[in-house]
Amino acid sequence: MSEQSAALTPPPLVTGSVSVRQLDNAINGPLESFPTMRWWIAISVTGTLAAWFFYCFTYTALVGIGSWGNNNPVGWGWAITNFVFWIGIGHAGTLISAILFLLRQRWRTGIARFAEAMTIFAVICALQFPLIHTGRPWLAWYWLLPLPNANNIWVNFRSPLMWDVVAVSTYGLVSAMFWYTGLLPDLATARYRATNGLRKFVYGLLSLGWNGSNRSWSHYEKAYLLFAGLSTPLVLSVHSVVSFDFAVSVIPGWHTTIFPPYFVAGAIFSGFAMVATLIILLRKAFHLEHIITRDHLEAMNRIIIATSLMVGYAYLTEFFIAWYSGAAYERFTFINRATGPYAWAYWTMVSCNVLVPQLLWFKRIRRSPLLMYPIVILVNVGMWFERFVIVVSSLAGDYLPANWDYFRPTWIDIGLFVGSIGLFLTLVLLFCRFLPTVALAETKALLPGSQAGGGHHD
Amino acid sequence: MTESRRHVGTVGLFDDPDSLLEAARQVRDAGYRKWDCHTPYPIHGLDQAMGLRESPIPYICLTAGFIGVGVAMWMQWWMDAVDYPVRIGGKPLFSWPAFVPITFELFVLFAALATMGSILVFCRLGKWHSPLHDSGIMADVTSHRFAVVLDRADAVYDRQAADSLLAGAGCQDIRPLYENEGDDGIL
Repeated sequence: MSEQSAALTPPPLVTGSVSVRQLDNAINGPLESFPTMRWWIAISVTGTLAAWFFYCFTYTALVGIGSWGNNNPVGWGWAITNFVFWIGIGHAGTLISAILFLLRQRWRTGIARFAEAMTIFAVICALQFPLIHTGRPWLAWYWLLPLPNANNIWVNFRSPLMWDVVAVSTYGLVSAMFWYTGLLPDLATARYRATNGLRKFVYGLLSLGWNGSNRSWSHYEKAYLLFAGLSTPLVLSVHSVVSFDFAVSVIPGWHTTIFPPYFVAGAIFSGFAMVATLIILLRKAFHLEHIITRDHLEAMNRIIIATSLMVGYAYLTEFFIAWYSGAAYERFTFINRATGPYAWAYWTMVSCNVLVPQLLWFKRIRRSPLLMYPIVILVNVGMWFERFVIVVSSLAGDYLPANWDYFRPTWIDIGLFVGSIGLFLTLVLLFCRFLPTVALAETKALLPGSQAGGGHHD
Repeated sequence: MTESRRHVGTVGLFDDPDSLLEAARQVRDAGYRKWDCHTPYPIHGLDQAMGLRESPIPYICLTAGFIGVGVAMWMQWWMDAVDYPVRIGGKPLFSWPAFVPITFELFVLFAALATMGSILVFCRLGKWHSPLHDSGIMADVTSHRFAVVLDRADAVYDRQAADSLLAGAGCQDIRPLYENEGDDGIL
């Protein structure tokens, strides 16, 4: 295919000719074999990190928030940085599964299931941080939710933190339902492929008895479309609400109207980088290069560079407005970010998020898993630093210079963050072992010749 | 063994979506009402070929969403302005613009829960066994083949007529469906 025609015709969903049965074997086959040595090694590493996370979580609960590097004035520190980081990671999953579905971007099918799973795991990781930040997580359910309690008081719904509780828990629930709905037909396929009684029972139970009836498909397709329609404004609202946690306050560097779109663009940016980071490994490990093709990687890279430009534009706008507003504290905060004690973090952020992704303008890099890999890793790093810069640099240098202090993480902070990566990867590894990593029924419906008249399903 | 079990219907298996669509049209025109097609993935145009009505789920979803809006506004008004009124920043107790984010989220949450519930009800999920589930065709129709299933309970059903209807529609693989012990009904 010449380059010009490649630009005009949408990329094929799978490369080569794949029959429906071969697809079954490619996706479900790995689930039916005993895990490889590589998988055991990987999960023992990530499992250890996850255990470290729970150790630090318990340590914090027993000893208190004083075991973190938080100080006066930096009351939020790494916990909120990590929270925003993980929520952002999740957003690419919803973008791929819902927004690209509504826009009829067929290429999304190959990566949608995996990205949705990643969303749910990222939300699980994100929720740990505000939960432990309450200090007594076993009481948090009635502090955070509007439940009747012995004190006869209610939560304050005017607070952005309350909006956040409702937005993030709605997001987690809706994402999980959307994901499970998508899984139903594929679980039924796994049920009837299974030869082992236990697998038959578990997949059968999870499939809820799905039998592929067209009367069911008719309702199912409508419901799936509705989930996509509901998730689309939801995902935009969630990171907007997360940004309100900052924007509604009066701290210089936080109190800006650019935050909602800026946060949403950053979330999609970091989420796609994380999808790429993991899916490059997945397609290699499970030999899915013909289903998750280089065209998929290139499409993701295009979104990464587009959102990188948006994020870069937001950085510039923030600076411009800080100068143009004439607000002395705002102006100081931004100059301080770029030249003050956190300049190292600021310039790490700018290099990783704005400068490095420019390499993706080169088609060779966009289409090479090996060359793009360091770039997407650096984007993950850069986006963590973005949240760190926003949370910590603004708090550390607020209105009263007498209050200023420098934030230094403790080993518990580090353990919680690194451990949460372990928790996330452990969940991803378990998912890859036990559930179909590619939306099977949906991909089948798009194969050439899978629909009447030799066409495919749009 | 097979002979002693009750006959409950007829299954016709097809290998390509075109012949399935044609067979579905013929079954529909023959006046069947209790019948279904089983496919590994949604087939475009099969709803029309079967003469199915539009799914009511969108209306249920929208209604639930509006109930969510009402519940959210009522809850925030009652909790923050009536039962536990706290004046914050000199703002009115019922400061509704601050209640909009949660109202929106509960619209989505209620609508999504209703949609999930509708899937469970309309797709009759939660039923793991039936003559059809256990007939041995499921491994095929959740993978790569297509089935038309005619239920004996249908008023126009007749075993010979069903066989010849499916054969006439080009079906090469027609199988009788028998009840298993402890089953009730076919679909």
